[in-house]
Amino acid sequence: MIPSQVNFHKPNSLSEALDLLGGNQDAKLLAGGHSLIPLMKLRLNEPDSVISIGNLEELRGISDSDGSFRIGAGTTHSEIAMHQGLRQVLPVITQAAASIGDIQVRNFGTIGGSIAHADPAADWPGALLASGATLELASQSGQRKVAASDFFQGFFSTALNGDEIITAIIITKPPAGTRSGYLKFAQPASRFAIVGCAALVSGDPIAEIAVAFNGVSDTPFRDAGIEGALKGKTLSEEAIAKAASMAADGRDILSDHHASSAYRHHLAKIYAKRTLNSLM
Amino acid sequence: MGLIGSSVKRVEDKRFLTGKGKYTDDIVLPGQTIARIIRSPHAHAKIISVDTSAAESADGVVAIFTGKDLAGVNGVPCGWQVNFKNGDTMKEPAHPLLVADKVRHVGDGVAIVIAESYAQAKDAAEKIKVDYEVLDAVIDPRKAADDGAPLVHDDVPNNTAFDWQLGSDAGEVDQAIRSAHHVTTLEFSNQRLIPNAIEPRSAIGHYEEASDKFTLYTSSQNPHLIRLLLCAFVLGIPEHKVRVISPDVGGGFGSKIFHYTEEALVIWCSREINRPVKWTAERSESFLTDAHGRDHISKAELAFDADGKMTALRVKTYANLGGYLSTFGPAVPTYLYGTLLQGLYTTPLVNVDVTATFTHTTPVDAYRGAGRPEATYLLERLMDTAALELGIDPAELRFKNFIPAFDGVEQAGYQTQVALQYDSGDYQRILKKALDKIGYDQLRAEQKAARDSGKLMGIGFSTYIEACGIAPSAVVGALGARAGLFEVAQVRVQPTGKVSVYTGAHSHGQGHETTFAQIVADRFGIALEDVEVVHGDSESVAFGMGTYGSRSLAVGGSAIIKSIEKIIEKGTKIAAHKLEAAEADIEFADGKWSVKGTDKSVSFGDVSLTAYVPHDYPEGLEPGLDFSSFYDPANFTYPFGAHIAVVEIDKETGKVTLKRYLAVDDVGNVINPMIVDGQVHGGVAQGIGQALLEAAIYDESGQLINGTYMDYTMPRADDLVSFETDRTTTPCPHNPLGVKGAGETGTIGSTPAVVNAVMDALSSYGIWDPPMPVTSEKVWERIHSNGQS
Repeated sequence: MIPSQVNFHKPNSLSEALDLLGGNQDAKLLAGGHSLIPLMKLRLNEPDSVISIGNLEELRGISDSDGSFRIGAGTTHSEIAMHQGLRQVLPVITQAAASIGDIQVRNFGTIGGSIAHADPAADWPGALLASGATLELASQSGQRKVAASDFFQGFFSTALNGDEIITAIIITKPPAGTRSGYLKFAQPASRFAIVGCAALVSGDPIAEIAVAFNGVSDTPFRDAGIEGALKGKTLSEEAIAKAASMAADGRDILSDHHASSAYRHHLAKIYAKRTLNSLM
Repeated sequence: MGLIGSSVKRVEDKRFLTGKGKYTDDIVLPGQTIARIIRSPHAHAKIISVDTSAAESADGVVAIFTGKDLAGVNGVPCGWQVNFKNGDTMKEPAHPLLVADKVRHVGDGVAIVIAESYAQAKDAAEKIKVDYEVLDAVIDPRKAADDGAPLVHDDVPNNTAFDWQLGSDAGEVDQAIRSAHHVTTLEFSNQRLIPNAIEPRSAIGHYEEASDKFTLYTSSQNPHLIRLLLCAFVLGIPEHKVRVISPDVGGGFGSKIFHYTEEALVIWCSREINRPVKWTAERSESFLTDAHGRDHISKAELAFDADGKMTALRVKTYANLGGYLSTFGPAVPTYLYGTLLQGLYTTPLVNVDVTATFTHTTPVDAYRGAGRPEATYLLERLMDTAALELGIDPAELRFKNFIPAFDGVEQAGYQTQVALQYDSGDYQRILKKALDKIGYDQLRAEQKAARDSGKLMGIGFSTYIEACGIAPSAVVGALGARAGLFEVAQVRVQPTGKVSVYTGAHSHGQGHETTFAQIVADRFGIALEDVEVVHGDSESVAFGMGTYGSRSLAVGGSAIIKSIEKIIEKGTKIAAHKLEAAEADIEFADGKWSVKGTDKSVSFGDVSLTAYVPHDYPEGLEPGLDFSSFYDPANFTYPFGAHIAVVEIDKETGKVTLKRYLAVDDVGNVINPMIVDGQVHGGVAQGIGQALLEAAIYDESGQLINGTYMDYTMPRADDLVSFETDRTTTPCPHNPLGVKGAGETGTIGSTPAVVNAVMDALSSYGIWDPPMPVTSEKVWERIHSNGQS
């Protein structure tokens, strides 16, 4: 790993980090290093400064209070995957976390780093959209909250401003009896998602449903077609099969040497079906 | 002592597992500089200008050289000459250390920057501006031969390095195919692979002005050969002035056999700047510049009579050589490929025709198996395809056509239609053993049940043979090798009875320090820890040809045996003197020389000490107990085996999952079963990688589009299955250990077995030739195009 010369900052607090970033919006934030470092290694990204925030305790940890979970942005995928409260209430979150990379990646990579990077094939966006997560962003001038559905804006593109740091992901606990899950078809080399489908269902007949995809398109999305087809119905294999056959219809679907758009589209249908079937 | 045949734990593993291995890049010489090579981003382009001015003043830069600075320096040579069918010598364009005129593949070296640190070298390299005129590229080895294709080398018409033919009369073969009861035809590519040794290549050149001597540290599989090529062909430096050291080397798979431009460059540059120069590849450079493997396009026709007996095989292959001839590039698609097309079968007529072309891609050379996997893939895919077409069980079809058993002693070796004479083999026995072991009848019943419940399950076979233990020097010389292929071993018994073994073979994962020590300790009747194996340094090892082609034990081990025999013979003279007996009455066993029929004996240690303290010593006998031997084998060795793969396919996604993998191999006698099993496991994983996962993908302009691990799929544990292994033992009749070699069997056997299993699983949709790698998408398309979803 021989990147270009880079100034390395290691602030001791979030406010110090925000000051550094505010003074140099071209600086890159470094948490677990699993999105930024590979790019710097290839010199595809040559920032003049890196601000290391991976050690900031105030960004780490998961709290469970007042009907919501608050996941610090610097929490590792492993910590999330193994969190008992999340596993019971929102398995879509722990399943997404557990499906990222491999053990070493999960032990270093952070949820905040992954979503700030906004790789369309990353595993987090679908789960965050399906669970209705809100992101807490901070800058020198204060704090704001952005819904996950407004945060992801395109190919490696988000609502995050140059002076902002993601501080937490907040997820309201769904009603008792809500079922959720995440399944993906992995790209064989990188193990990123060719298609990842996150789903959340509550009530019988279904009162609330969210089905979201990552990997399929350049922006993660909720699939209104599938959701509309199932809302108010009882979950059954027949109903799921019918709804899933509409997956990603009308979307611009990615194509690369790992999967053509036709194959991806097909996999979106299969993974919508499989994810929903896993909730029955 | 029974050390031969025992699964002794590898003695080298302590240093590897504790991070104490010493690789080339770990070596830091005083005053060392770091080199970075500026590589072409284009597959084919004229170099208009190279502007180094900004880089020259960059921090830490010591020197910069471009192709023009090396104008008078030879390029790296090719080590194997293949002639055109008409007798003309192959086209052998120069392979310069740095190019000055035009680049011929992405990654071709244009300039070298030498600086005080890696970072400075890399920063300065970015400041060098090369102006290119980009030209059209050709990637496909068949299209390269077309009239009007872009030329890789202006003086090589149709990009054709050579065409070549081997085997039976083409007319007779044609007649047999025309009149056959059935002909199975396949046309496919054997895709290009990237070797991906875990240690990237590295080289340090160290010129010492005071002694006018050079030392090259290099991650090579054969340091002596590198010294020979470097001295005699590239730089014209006298060989006694050059020491080549290959310390611990982290895997090679063939890719570290060859003499690379960087090895000569660091030596040349070191002399220019009078400081040591180190170059180590980054992983992306390894993808672009380690010689690649495979890359054939072939059409194959296999003819049968009405009884399912094979009557003729005809093969036409286009082989991709890449932008230049790599050291053994011409040998791989010819003498290591065409010669294996007899397989295990009695086919009376075999003809192979190869056109080898240059393309604007990384040079192609030997990669684990080297030619033999390509031959086996072709033949074994034909066999399972023919079995389906003929409605004969694939095992039955093989039994009908196997060469009958022969031991090479009582029965003669088997003369093939394609130049080789097999040493010994019992092919029926090994397939029977595999069928028993896998429970074949039960497996077919399971497959039927799976199909009845709508699942796709397939069983694939591969019964392979390979020629290894390369090789008899006279034979390979006649076939175009420009080097001998013997091996050298010095066995030095120290005065205290401890033993140092100096071998010209080179271990880069094979476990020679253990296997060779087992042989020596077993034969001398001493403890394993009393034997030290030394390799990889031209100054301590007299000579050597290195490790590749599963040759180390068969050839290098045999050289060790020769030296052991000389030591025992001399020891017998010393013992006879000490025991006051006639030499004829002395026998050596269990670490001591005894007078036959008595309890009088002297130990190995006693005799060793006497040899070096010869106070009371046989008259006229030289002191010392130290012998070198050169061993040149009488023939290749011919390991063989029967592999069976079982797969399941997810109908909805097309994903292929391995359910079982059985490898029954015959590698002759086995010294260390655990090491052999390890070799088989690694090889099988590598072969499965080719079948299902790996491919170097170039776009039309010659860019390698999957040159990182994010995109190039290496097999991982969860892609595989717990392998089942077993063996039969048919000793090699012509070497003293009776060994055949085990380094490549897994790679050769596994690829067709897995693809055959996929074909079998999908046979209800008709017979399909699954293109490698058989990705989920390709399988899904096949199912989908048959109206399934």
